[in-house]
Parts: sequence; C-alpha cells; structure tokens
Amino acid sequence: MRTALHAEWTKLRTSPATIWLLLAAVTLTAGVSAAAAATIPCKTAACLGDPAQISLTGVQLGQAVVVILAVLAVSGEHATGMIRTSLTAVPRRSTLLAAKAVAVTGVTMVTATVAVGTSVLAGRLLLPGSGYTAAHGFTPLSPTDGPTLRAAGGSMLYLCLIALLAVGVATVVRDTGASIGVMLALLYLVPIVTQALTDPDWKRHLQQATPTAGLAIQATRHLDTVAIPPWHGLAVLAAWAAGALLAAAVLIRTRDT
Amino acid sequence: MSAGFGRLLHAEWTKFRTVRGWLFGVAAAAAAVIGFGVLPGMSGSCHDHACRLPTGPDGTEVTDSFTFAHRSLTGDGSITARLASLTGILPPDPGDDQPQGEGPSHGPATPGQGRPGLVPWAKAGLIIRAGSAPGAGYAAVMLTGTQGVRMQHDYIHDVAGPAASADAPRWLRLTRTGDTVTGQTSADGSTWTQVATVRLPGLPATVEAGMFATSPQYTESTSEVFGLTGAGGGPTRATGSFDRIVAQGGWSAGTWQPDKIGGPDDAPRHGAVVDGDQVTITGSGDLAPAVSGAAGLGTTITQTLVGTFAGLIIVVVIATMFVTAEYGHGLMRTTMAANPRRGRILAAKTVVIGTVTFVTALASAATTVTVGRRVLEANGVYVHSVSALTQVRVIVGTAALLALASVLALALGVILRRSAAAVTTAVLGIVMPYLLAVSVLPATAGQWLLRVTPAAAFALQQSTLEYPQVINIYTPVNGYYPLPPWAGLAVLCAWTGLALGVAAALLRRRDA
Repeated sequence: MRTALHAEWTKLRTSPATIWLLLAAVTLTAGVSAAAAATIPCKTAACLGDPAQISLTGVQLGQAVVVILAVLAVSGEHATGMIRTSLTAVPRRSTLLAAKAVAVTGVTMVTATVAVGTSVLAGRLLLPGSGYTAAHGFTPLSPTDGPTLRAAGGSMLYLCLIALLAVGVATVVRDTGASIGVMLALLYLVPIVTQALTDPDWKRHLQQATPTAGLAIQATRHLDTVAIPPWHGLAVLAAWAAGALLAAAVLIRTRDT
Repeated sequence: MSAGFGRLLHAEWTKFRTVRGWLFGVAAAAAAVIGFGVLPGMSGSCHDHACRLPTGPDGTEVTDSFTFAHRSLTGDGSITARLASLTGILPPDPGDDQPQGEGPSHGPATPGQGRPGLVPWAKAGLIIRAGSAPGAGYAAVMLTGTQGVRMQHDYIHDVAGPAASADAPRWLRLTRTGDTVTGQTSADGSTWTQVATVRLPGLPATVEAGMFATSPQYTESTSEVFGLTGAGGGPTRATGSFDRIVAQGGWSAGTWQPDKIGGPDDAPRHGAVVDGDQVTITGSGDLAPAVSGAAGLGTTITQTLVGTFAGLIIVVVIATMFVTAEYGHGLMRTTMAANPRRGRILAAKTVVIGTVTFVTALASAATTVTVGRRVLEANGVYVHSVSALTQVRVIVGTAALLALASVLALALGVILRRSAAAVTTAVLGIVMPYLLAVSVLPATAGQWLLRVTPAAAFALQQSTLEYPQVINIYTPVNGYYPLPPWAGLAVLCAWTGLALGVAAALLRRRDA
C-alpha cells in the first residue's frame, strides 16, 4: 500500500494540471466567498444572514474544481491506457483504488485548508462592512467560536468527501466528460430542482437525501429551520461517497480495463 | 451546399449516431426534460375548478375583487366625488426575528390585529363597469396608496395621473360619452386636470357606476438573504370615505347599492356604508392582471420545464465529447486529413449536434408543456393559461436554448480540447449563473448575472408578464427574468458566436 500510495502521489504531483487546478480551487473559493461577504447585506439587527455561511459561499464553486481534480486522477489513466500499466504494477485493484482515494483526499485536504482559511479571513475582514457589525449583534468571525469552527472545518471535510465521491463516480463511469457531467449534475442540478418544487415535503426530502445536504455543515444560525442538522448532512454526503467507492471497488475488481 | 459539405455532414452524423453512449445520452436528456416536468413534486389545493380565475375582456386572467357602492347609469353621464380620506390596514409586522424560509408563507389572515398603513397600490375611487360579472370591462379613476392618481381600465391598462398623497382629500370625476370614459382629478374641486380618456369597446348602454375601494396582498421578499428564499405577506384592506357626490345623466333612482365583487367571503373586512351624502367603502383584493408567484396564485408552464437544466448538462457533456473524444483518440488527425478545410469540419459538427439537440429538445419540451400542465392540474396546482403564441415561443425557445448551449459546448471543446475543462466551463458558464442568481446572490446581483451570462437565454422560458401595477416577487425562481425573451436569446447567440469564432480561428492555426 505504501508504494502504491507513493506512486499515486508522484502521478498527481507531476501532472501539469494539478497545480493549476489547486490554485484555481483556492482562488475561486476565496474569491466567491469574498464577493459574497462584500455584497450580501445585513441592514437591521433582525437580518437573517449567517456570517459563517456567507463567508464560505465559495465552497459551492470550489467543489467543481475539486471534482475535476479527482475525476482526472482516475479517468485520465483510462483515457491514456496508463491504467493497464498501473494495474500491472499494483495487481490488487482495490489497493490501487484506495491509494488513489487517499492521495486525492490528502491533496484536497491541504487545498481546502488554504481555501477555507482564506475565505474565513476574507469574511472576518469584509463582513463588518456589509453590516454584520456589533450593532446588529454579530461578532467578527473567529475560529475560536465553536459553530464557526464547525462550519469551517466541516467545509474542509465536505470538500474531501466530494473528492472521494468523484473518485468513486469516475472509477465507475471511466470517461472524463461523463464523470464530470454526473458530478456537476449531482452538485448543481439538485439545488435548482429543489428550488422549483412547491411541495414542502418533497423539497425537504430532496434537501436531506442528496450530496449537497453536506453543505448544512456551514449553517451556524437558525438551526431550527434548516432541512437537516449540520453533522447529519455531512453524514449523508459521507454515505454517498462510501456508496460510490464501494461500487467502484466492486467494478474495478470485476471489469476489464 | 456543395456535395463535399454534404458528405462531411454525413460523416459527422455517422460518427455521432454510431456511439451508443451518445444516443443513450440524447434519450436521457429527453427523458430528463420530460421526467422533471411531470414529477409529482408539486401539489396544490385547486381541485374541481375551485380556484379558476376570471378572465378580462382581452382574455387575460385577472384578479377581480373589490367593494363598491353603485347605481345604474344609462347613456352618457358623469359622477364627481371627493375622496375625503384613504386609510388602510396592513398585516401584522412579520415578526422580524422569525426567519421565513421554505417558500412562500402567507401568514393566517388576521386583519383584526393588523397595523395601520396602505400598500402602494391600495385603491379607492370612481368606477364605471360593464356589469357585475367577474372579469367585466371597466374604467376607473382612483387615488392609490403611494402611486398618486391613476386611471386604469380593463385590468391591464394603467395611466399615471398627477402625484397625490393619500393623506390629503382628492376630487375625482368620471365621465362617460358613448364608449369612451374620461377621468379627471382635482385637488380643490374647482381646477380640474384630465388624467386620461379610454375607450371601452362594446360597453353596454346601461352600466354600473359608483365608488369603489380595494387593496392588494401585502408582499415582502425575504430572498435577499443567503439561502432563505421566500415571501412574507398577507391580505390588506383599504377604506375610502367619499362625500360631495354629484351624479349627472341617466342614473337610476334610489341610493347607492353596496356590493362586493369576487374575493373570499369574510364579511368583516369588506363593506360599504351609505350615510346620506357620505359613502364609506372598505375593500380588499385587486382590480389587476393575475400574476403567478408569491403575490399570486398557482404556477406557470415555465415551472414544468425545470428539467431543462438536467437536459442541458447531458447535452453539454455529449457535445463536448463529440469533439474531445476525437482529440483523445487521435481521430481528429484522420478527420482533418480527409477534410483539409478545417472550418468546414467545425461547421459540419455544429450542424449535426445543433440539429440533433434542437429536434430532441423540441419534441421533449412540447411533450412536457402539454403533459406537464395536465399533471400539475390533476395534482391541484393552478397553472396560468398562456396564449398559443407564448406557448410556442416557450417550447421553441427551450429547444433553441439547448441547441445553442450544445454548440457553445462544442466550440469550447474545440478551444480547450480536453473533456474536463470543456465540460466544466460549459456547465458552469450556463448553469452556475442561474444557480447563483436563484440561491445565493442578492436580487440585483443575480439579475445582473442573468443579463450578461449565457444563462440569460432562460428568459425564453418566461411565460407571464411583469406588471408594474402589481407588486410581486418578480424573480427567476418564480419564472420572471430580467431580459425580454429575444434579448436573452441574443445574449446566448453572442456567446455561442464568439466561441465558434475563436474555435474556428484556433482550429485553423493549431496542430491537431
């Protein structure tokens, strides 16, 4: 496993796309977060905004880049035929899958830490200018605040779980374009469909059962009105990732490459 | 079209149709558009025609609910009155510390506990009406909550008169001559200003005329806040006190007859009290076009097309792969050796993917709009009627939107040559602006995004009109877009044209 992991790390490290994708993930996450923190206003003490959630808005775009990174780590090998070499070198296929998952998760975790940290910092600096001030009952964002720490740390876990889900999906689908299509549909289509539903029960069930339920980890206010509690939401995403990886483990063992 | 290009088209079509995954994808896109449209995710309480809306003289669905005190007027004549005061009751303050998430929530109607105030379009004034049937033609001159004096007729027409405060008394006059009605107003009863003269075709000889008051739903958006979209509000009422009433012409004898047209039957909130020369009218409702969404009733055919997003993602993936797969497998070199004129390869691919998408999307959108409408109605959801022309525009527009998106994705595939980059750019470029606009961003920023990004083309799916005289939450999630349909299409066309131009230039210059 150690050699397999080292090999995967080398592949990831030396792929020219990786560094650009990581930079893009950090830039997009922090950029969108900062834009949200600068533009979403809080006009009265009764405003409904959630400072932690606003300052982590960029995660919704950054996750797309994480998806590309994770998908490419798997499907890139299928496109070039490199996968046959890899499997010759590591005949235990689930070991190869595990090594890929660990390598991608590690890289994602580092990226997510930087991206989320920058976002929270941007929120701390910009939110008071949008009205999230002491006068309206808000304290500056701080990682020592329990719920904020949970939202920030949870967002990093969220990105890692998205990466794992993408590794699973890409192993099952194998084609780059189709894998990314499936992942983007899971991440962006569901919120749109949910918005369009008028039946509150259906709406809630969809919000509870789909991967983006994991974003509930970012909520720090009005926890009585959210569709799913924070850690439950992350658990739903974890279940999706586990399911995808399980399907990937079964298929990678039984299929030809 | 030369024979050479015909052969090229045939070659590209063969490449497309012989990849099983792509055909499956096209079928899946069609299934997604239809499937989401008939999803049982919506239900309502409008069974057995319980909430059928009346239609106005031109067939528009209208809200026709007000209180008035009237007499019959035969032939020409006029009515003049002073609106001594206009007051109203708003719903209780929606509890500032209570977040209202999860869609529209109209609090229970508790007019007794309301706070005093007028909604902008609370109305009281004089009206001449073809009869008391729902949706009958009318002309009215009125004082509004904050919009000054207005002359409105036949529900959808609105002419602004002089600015006037609802706090000061206001003189109003309505004169019928043949089938025209003239509205005048005065601040003091001696100097009169004409507001407008309108024609009511087919106005019968005998009309019902008198004084009226009504007050539309109070609507407040809470959607400017992250993640919480919704509307607060509730019914309101307005009370107008009229005096110094002068009726000239062929009026019926007797006193002013109080009457309530349309609206729910809860008597305490409505009424007209006639006391000698003084008439006091309290009304709730509106004389206006009916809108869908927070301030209105039901939904529109636009909502049945939510599956467009699913179809879009699939179409984008297929269109991108139509190019990037050739680059990935090195087939592009063979294609280019067979057809040295590279611009024509791009043209042939554009025609094939555009046509396949357009035809598939047209069939599925047509199915969705017709079947989806019936499913919604069977579930008790009121679906606003739209003209045949609008329906055709929505269906063809959806097909054009998907076809252009597929061509945009194809061009991005040529430019970027990698599936990952092209698929992500295309999906995020079209879907992400819409998603951000409906979920995260404040309304103004969201509308700006829907003007300049390829997502502007979703305006093609708008099926109802915005009326300035009806306060509603006109947002994309309710089916209202910032651009008119054809301007939205033009924005997507511009993006697609730009991408095709860049793709053609790069294709000619680069190695394969």
